[in-house]
Amino acid sequence: MLRLEQRSCPSQIMRWLSPALAVGLTVLTGVVMLALLGKDPWRGFEVFFINPVKSTYALSELMLKATPLALCAAGLAIGFRANVWNIGAEGQFIVGAICATVVALYFGEYPFWTLALMVIAAMAGGAAWAAIPAWLKTRFNANEILVSLMLVYVANLMVSWLVFGPLRDPGGLNFPQTVMFEDTALLPVLIQGTRLNLVLVFVVVVLIAAYILMYRTHLGFRMRVAGESAKAARYSGVNAKSMVWLGMLISGACAGLAGMAEVAGPMGQLTDKVSSGYGFAAIIVAFVGRLHPLGIAFASLVMALFFIGGEQAQQYLALPGSISMVFQGMLLFYLLACDVLIRYRVAFGNLSVAKQVRKGALS
Amino acid sequence: MPVARLRVDSLTKVYPSVVANEDVSLCVNAGEIHAVLGENGAGKSTLMKMIYGVTAPTRGKIFWEGQEVSIQSPAHARELGIGMVFQHFSLFESLTVAQNTVLSLPEKVPIDEVSRQVRELSDHYGLAVDPDRYVHDLSVGERQRVEIIRCLLQKPKLLIMDEPTSVLTPDAVRRLFQTLRQIRDEGCAILYISHKLDEIMELCDHATVLRAGRVTGQCIPSQETPQSLARLMIGHDFVVPTRQAPQKIEPVLRIDCDYLATNDPFATPLRNIHLEIKRGQVLGIAGISGSGQLALCQLISGEITADDTMVLFDGKPIGHLGVSARRNMGVCYLPEDRQNTAALGALTLAENGLLTAAERARLTEHGLLRRSRMREFAGRCIKAFKVKAQGPDVLAQSLSGGNLQKFIMGREILQKPRVLVCSQPTWGVDVGAAAYIRQALIDLARNGCAVVVLSEELDELFEVSDEICVIAGGELSPVKPIFQTSVEEIGTWMSGLWNRDGAEVEDAAA
Repeated sequence: MLRLEQRSCPSQIMRWLSPALAVGLTVLTGVVMLALLGKDPWRGFEVFFINPVKSTYALSELMLKATPLALCAAGLAIGFRANVWNIGAEGQFIVGAICATVVALYFGEYPFWTLALMVIAAMAGGAAWAAIPAWLKTRFNANEILVSLMLVYVANLMVSWLVFGPLRDPGGLNFPQTVMFEDTALLPVLIQGTRLNLVLVFVVVVLIAAYILMYRTHLGFRMRVAGESAKAARYSGVNAKSMVWLGMLISGACAGLAGMAEVAGPMGQLTDKVSSGYGFAAIIVAFVGRLHPLGIAFASLVMALFFIGGEQAQQYLALPGSISMVFQGMLLFYLLACDVLIRYRVAFGNLSVAKQVRKGALS
Repeated sequence: MPVARLRVDSLTKVYPSVVANEDVSLCVNAGEIHAVLGENGAGKSTLMKMIYGVTAPTRGKIFWEGQEVSIQSPAHARELGIGMVFQHFSLFESLTVAQNTVLSLPEKVPIDEVSRQVRELSDHYGLAVDPDRYVHDLSVGERQRVEIIRCLLQKPKLLIMDEPTSVLTPDAVRRLFQTLRQIRDEGCAILYISHKLDEIMELCDHATVLRAGRVTGQCIPSQETPQSLARLMIGHDFVVPTRQAPQKIEPVLRIDCDYLATNDPFATPLRNIHLEIKRGQVLGIAGISGSGQLALCQLISGEITADDTMVLFDGKPIGHLGVSARRNMGVCYLPEDRQNTAALGALTLAENGLLTAAERARLTEHGLLRRSRMREFAGRCIKAFKVKAQGPDVLAQSLSGGNLQKFIMGREILQKPRVLVCSQPTWGVDVGAAAYIRQALIDLARNGCAVVVLSEELDELFEVSDEICVIAGGELSPVKPIFQTSVEEIGTWMSGLWNRDGAEVEDAAA
């Protein structure tokens, strides 16, 4: 029979190699899966993993796709390290997008000020959406995983109602979408000829800020203590409730900012499909990146590759769009499996032999 | 010669970082109480884990009634006839004694039948336990009796007792010994694990002494002296701390608490606590565990906030202030749980310094960490308290219990506290480190700090304290100068039996 035995000292090198190993295994399984689906595996590999990185334009698209993931994941990682389990970044992303859209629609023609206000509104909106589970957690000890997750569906319905109703573009042939934003409400493109825009600067700033908060400030240290042990937090004078609030508000604000960058960037308007699951994928990104800003930067690029690869697979291989979800799932599965095997070893203990020994001893 | 009930031959257990047991051999006969004596970390627990089937030996053999066996699991050990009472009990607080007992039985037995058996055994061995009472109502001594009865129900041929007296009052210890002798006289073998020399000399027929994982001696305890046993156990004589008479004694902190309940429904509420803590001396607070010590410590440290006048510091009300505010005034606290409260294993020593010393050792500036100061402060703790650690950047979990305790003791003392409350400062610490820590506490008091030591070990309190009192059932006894009382009197008080100014003497049942 197979058993798992705890390793007495898990390898530190493997702890960092395990995300890379998980990515490798995901790619390998993906290729095998494509072959089983009757596609040419080499062609599949090319579509999935070569096309998205083979030209400057493709690379810029990859980076653009990675930005919302990195923004959400950086915020989530701050919360996760403090044991605050915000699973609802998807909802906060949507609410951020809604708030930014409202600013763009009613206050859209002022250079700089429109964008600045959109950023503030989106971050405040995302944080406000995250404040609901934070309040319920600190006031009634409601599980923040469930509450934040359920609020995703509320946010989804809310955005549908808005784009089918009050915010619908009157000249939009009844499509569920708003009017296109004014140029003053769009993030300026950084590299001509691509769609890569100012959001890249946001990402760099947020990742650096997250690094400083996590590793350089007393506040980040206290959040980490609260995450390690509630008793130690209490003993050292850390207010656990404020840490829940902070973890939630920061991750909500980051997700809100990502939502703003999406509507003010590649989309240029709000639709009911504003998020293609970035908030959920960001949870995987945060863990693959080992809750470290640098790791998150890499992990978000890998995840973006799966997103774009999935879109390409639809186009060129006639595969369903859910293929990118399959890859996300596999990546998380392999990461967790690798992590388990770093902490445990597989042992073959035959129970029937043990029983025989026992009988022998008793006779 | 009759076959030994249990014989272990050259047992060796190697963990990746340490050899826990090396060539340990011992032999226990039926009708004998056999002591395994050794200080914390000597390898007693590892040895018992191998005998009880929790972990497998790297090398060596175990013979059960003459037959070589390989014990696969605790269930297997129980099947063979080995019962074990652990130091930390495994009872469900919200279930009754009988329900807890049913859960431990391998086969299904009707609960009435179990109740009947429990009553029978408790009459037979004088282990007063009512099967219908809820465990959360029971004192620690009573819980231990439940554990013993659970073992006896399975008619063991060998009973392992792991440090059974650490939670008992002296009177309860006497009663436990009577029971153990009776169990022995009925033919059961007992393995008695302890580091307390007087108990072993009183109770045990044979002793195997362990030091650093190896057997350093086999003896008949009644023919030894405490000194000779101590030398076998620690390699040299006990070091008794030195102390001069306190110089300048002034009250610093005052607690007046009529009643205080905590959030934990199973914790003992505090009642009628009126205590003055004075600088320049050590106040010892004795008491069996779970008598309200935690609430008292947290009331002083600020983890429990209350009415502002409940705690006065230099005459100023601070009862409403939180942990950080009080720590900044110099009221420091060191809880007994090192791994998860006072320190965090996954953090480096430098970071563990930051846990409490951020303000007083100025390890932060404008909210930013001052990494070099953190490392320097941790380095000072390591140096001043002779901590065996490679440097400030190693993880706390790589340190042994004694070294970690010395480190966090250093962390608190180098913050120059004005009041230091220490709970079980030498719990799980080897003898050498314990002596060092006790001396450090006395020296700290003589340098003008008010030191409070809470401990379950009376010997320790009598070594370090200038004044002593007892906490029992959430109440404090009167405070007595150490030279005006005795171990016997304090031992009696630990059951709650002290004279409450003419009030009725109530039995808080040990």
